[in-house]
Amino acid sequence: MAQYIFLTLALLTVITALLMVFSKNPVHSVLYLILTFFAIAGQYVLLNAQFLAVVHIIVYAGAIMVLFLFVLMLLNLNEDSEPQKSSRWKIGAGITSGLLLVTLVGALKGSIQLQVPESSNPSVGLVENLGKVLFTDFVVPFEIAGILFLAAMVGAVMVGKRDLKV
Amino acid sequence: MLETIRIIPIEHYVLYSTLLFVIGIFGVLTRRNAIVVLMCIELMLNAVNLLLAAFSTYLSDAQGQIMVFFIMVVAAAEAAVGLGILVMIYRNTKSTDISLLDKLRH
Repeated sequence: MAQYIFLTLALLTVITALLMVFSKNPVHSVLYLILTFFAIAGQYVLLNAQFLAVVHIIVYAGAIMVLFLFVLMLLNLNEDSEPQKSSRWKIGAGITSGLLLVTLVGALKGSIQLQVPESSNPSVGLVENLGKVLFTDFVVPFEIAGILFLAAMVGAVMVGKRDLKV
Repeated sequence: MLETIRIIPIEHYVLYSTLLFVIGIFGVLTRRNAIVVLMCIELMLNAVNLLLAAFSTYLSDAQGQIMVFFIMVVAAAEAAVGLGILVMIYRNTKSTDISLLDKLRH
């Protein structure tokens, strides 16, 4: 059962990602990327990483992609006005990424020797366990992440101001 | 033990996220709209996140999932600042075409 769910979600992710790259209209790209993110959230559920699945949907589909959609509509880019790169450039990009794929697959295939522990803990991705780890071992990085958010917020407001008097 | 990690070998997750990462790189190389380029970067970050979560579950070690959480934090900050810069670029050039932004080359 699990492998069918995995294959379905993987196919859905790859197809929507390809549609995202190839669709001419940027708004369609955003919508396909949201579908991709939902399929990836399904993969997290399959891995029993429920905290990550929920956070992924809230952060990506709820915040980041809505921000992207707002900017697209604010700039009025929702018609097919995007100039295309030349076909020679596209062929070059295809060859480059294909070579990267072949290299990565060739390097990684068969080289993974993972010792899966016999008594694996299935509740490792639940909120209780992750919260304990996050607020004991990783409490300093967590606070630094808060400062990073503050800096990003101030930076975004400063960059977006129309006439900045320094 | 979780049914998933008994049935699906970790190689499948590795190949899957490699494919997603390469699709992201292809998008960055071919698209000219800067917003779509930022979206492709988000896709690449997600491929890495998925692989970290898979390894974390297979080894039943929570640190990988904490790392995914921090990558999400950085991705959100990056999207906010990047879109702010893009809006500013659009105000000055009336376009989000990245091939207009090659002033450093001349």
